[in-house]
Amino acid sequence: MSAPETQDDQGPVATTGHEWDGIRELDNPLPRWWLWIFYASVVVAIGYWVLMPAWPGLTGYTPGVLGKSDRAELVEQLDKLKALRGEQSARLTDASLQEIESDPELQAHALAVGQSVFGDNCATCHGVGGVGGKGYANLRDDVWLWGGTLEDIHRTLQYGIRSGHPQARFSQMPAFGRDQLLTPAQVADLTEYVVALSGRPANAAAVQRAAPVYAANCVACHGPAGLGDPLQGAPNLTDREWLYGSARADIREQIHFGRNGVMPGWAERLDPETVKALAVYVHANAAGQ
Amino acid sequence: MAVVIDRTRAEGRDKGPASAAEKARRRGDPGGGLYKPRTPIYPKHVRGRWRDLKWGLMVATLAIYYITPWIRWNRPGALPDQAVLVDFEGRRFYMFGLQFWPQEVYFITGLLVMAALALFLASSLFGRLWCGYACPQTIWTDLFLQVERMFEGDRNARMRRDAAPWSLDKVWRKAGKHLVWLGIAFGTGGAWIFYFHDAPTVLGQFWTGEAPATAYIFCALLTFTTYVFAGTLREQVCTYMCPWPRIQGALIDQDSLQVTYRIDRGEPRGPHKKGATWEDRGGCIDCGQCVVVCPMGIDIRDGAQLECINCGLCADACDEMMDRIDRPRGLIGYDTDKAVAARAAGQPAIYRLVRPRTLVYAGSLVLVSGLMLWGLAHRQSFDVHVLRDRNPIAVRLADGSVRNGYTLKIANRSFADADARIAFSGPAGAVLKTPAAPAADEVRARIETNTLRAVRVFVTLPEQAEAETSLPVAFTVTLPEGVMTVKSTFITDPGARP
Repeated sequence: MSAPETQDDQGPVATTGHEWDGIRELDNPLPRWWLWIFYASVVVAIGYWVLMPAWPGLTGYTPGVLGKSDRAELVEQLDKLKALRGEQSARLTDASLQEIESDPELQAHALAVGQSVFGDNCATCHGVGGVGGKGYANLRDDVWLWGGTLEDIHRTLQYGIRSGHPQARFSQMPAFGRDQLLTPAQVADLTEYVVALSGRPANAAAVQRAAPVYAANCVACHGPAGLGDPLQGAPNLTDREWLYGSARADIREQIHFGRNGVMPGWAERLDPETVKALAVYVHANAAGQ
Repeated sequence: MAVVIDRTRAEGRDKGPASAAEKARRRGDPGGGLYKPRTPIYPKHVRGRWRDLKWGLMVATLAIYYITPWIRWNRPGALPDQAVLVDFEGRRFYMFGLQFWPQEVYFITGLLVMAALALFLASSLFGRLWCGYACPQTIWTDLFLQVERMFEGDRNARMRRDAAPWSLDKVWRKAGKHLVWLGIAFGTGGAWIFYFHDAPTVLGQFWTGEAPATAYIFCALLTFTTYVFAGTLREQVCTYMCPWPRIQGALIDQDSLQVTYRIDRGEPRGPHKKGATWEDRGGCIDCGQCVVVCPMGIDIRDGAQLECINCGLCADACDEMMDRIDRPRGLIGYDTDKAVAARAAGQPAIYRLVRPRTLVYAGSLVLVSGLMLWGLAHRQSFDVHVLRDRNPIAVRLADGSVRNGYTLKIANRSFADADARIAFSGPAGAVLKTPAAPAADEVRARIETNTLRAVRVFVTLPEQAEAETSLPVAFTVTLPEGVMTVKSTFITDPGARP
């Protein structure tokens, strides 16, 4: 083994002449390939200036002879995407709702489209999972104010509920208390009556007093047994699903104010294929009819 | 005991052909220039058993490389009929009767681990076998060298021509050589892309400009690297770019068989006159044949060194010379440092191929291979996963029953369409339903070959008086290969409603 080399043993390699506290810097050559890459980079840079947009000016920039533009490429890609979607949604156009739902391929496509559109447009009120909240219908269960068949859902989606569209679902729950159609005592009795309808314990005397009031004011929409009417969007009062809450205070409030929720129609905002896909998505995920 | 090579020793080095490395040392590069020039190496052609082995391996490996993508394999339907295909677009890797999905990347990992361990084992036993015989850099350099010989002749002719001024003869030979090199390089890059697309299709598309951009890019890239690495850079790739020679130092020990100059037999070396005695001298006649045939430009008599790829050509050259002067072969051959040192000290040489190091490498290799084989043998063509809906976690229906939603992901890696029957096992009274179909005891779904299908399943349980919040449930999926069971939970409490 030879002894460790001292600095002076570096032999023929010259130093740069710099010295820091006795430490000197060897002037080793750069590798040739490294130099080549450096020169090649310079050549490439010059070529780039000529071909591509490069130098900024006062009012614009040098466009380059290739005429490349990210903006133009984006427009082109968006057009391509539209064309691609056009092919797929063409199948949605022609197929009936039932066909879409029963064809595995088409159903998968509709569910994918539906999910993303639902997240963008519907989740604001109905929630990402579609279970809704107070005043916003639960779309996952089997309770449907306006009917839960594929066609029903499709129609509701297209024109909305009380949206002002001529074909929209429309009905009106009167504000019995506010508009003084009934006295506060009658409203209180009716509340007990409705609680009794849903199978919960209630004040028997109040229920008895409310029976004629219910028959005179409520039967037309909610039916004599309180089963509701999907054609009028009248809720079933005997189940456990309450749009505006199940507590006595909630029920009394609803009889008093008669809130009428609004859902926008989507036919004017989304194209027909998207609405179809949305209908299939909502129906497929509901325990509906 | 290590054989220390003292490269500062100058005596006895001024005679005979010097290796390129020795020349560079002698020249003592003053470092005044901006770059370090390469000392050209002119390896001489050699005949012998290692050379024959190398020719055979070259033909075999190149044949595997070029022919593999053209082997056809019948697969049903629209699946590709190429036996070996890395289908990036379809995210599949086809290997004869198998198809791998990206999820099974651990098979590739295992294969790479096996390759690494095999390399470790081979290196600790026999030195740089990979470098000398199988490495693409060695094979293509060998091929390029042979082309160079065809155009420019052997070592002496090439050296003469390179030193001579430019002439028409020199121009056409050089041009012809580079043209053939480029052709081979293009063939190398061109064959590469066949592994990633249907070979006959992409071959046609390539010439009409319809092939994917990646095909052209990779073809160009590999043409360039082959041409430059095998034509120009050659031994510099091994010496400067490749990490393997550095790792070798940790894998090779005194008991590894390596291409070795047997100092005990060769030294003291020196020229020998015909008829003179062989007493009191070594067998090496300092003819320099081992140096002139070396493609790495080193002198094997300096001992094991980083640059040496163990190609064995010096052994062939030495044997040829020994035959000619009627002396025993094997002055250079596969031997261990320990054996050489033992013989030099007058003791019998001991060869230990079985030692802790090789046992550990071999054991690991057997273990990993076994695991891989076991995995491959037990590999199923189907995968079933169940994802429970998280939003909503559960839905209460009008009659008080509770519904949970699940997505069953069923992957079919077999080569035939399959019918899956999904049944639910859990509390009594559960009703199974899938969108657009009436409730039934089981859900049926068709899983086409080579697809992953997501099946939406809803389970409804009637209201229970005192149910746990979360019940263990399972789905049993009946597939052609058998029944697979996936576990999940059923949430009975959807939470309060307004």
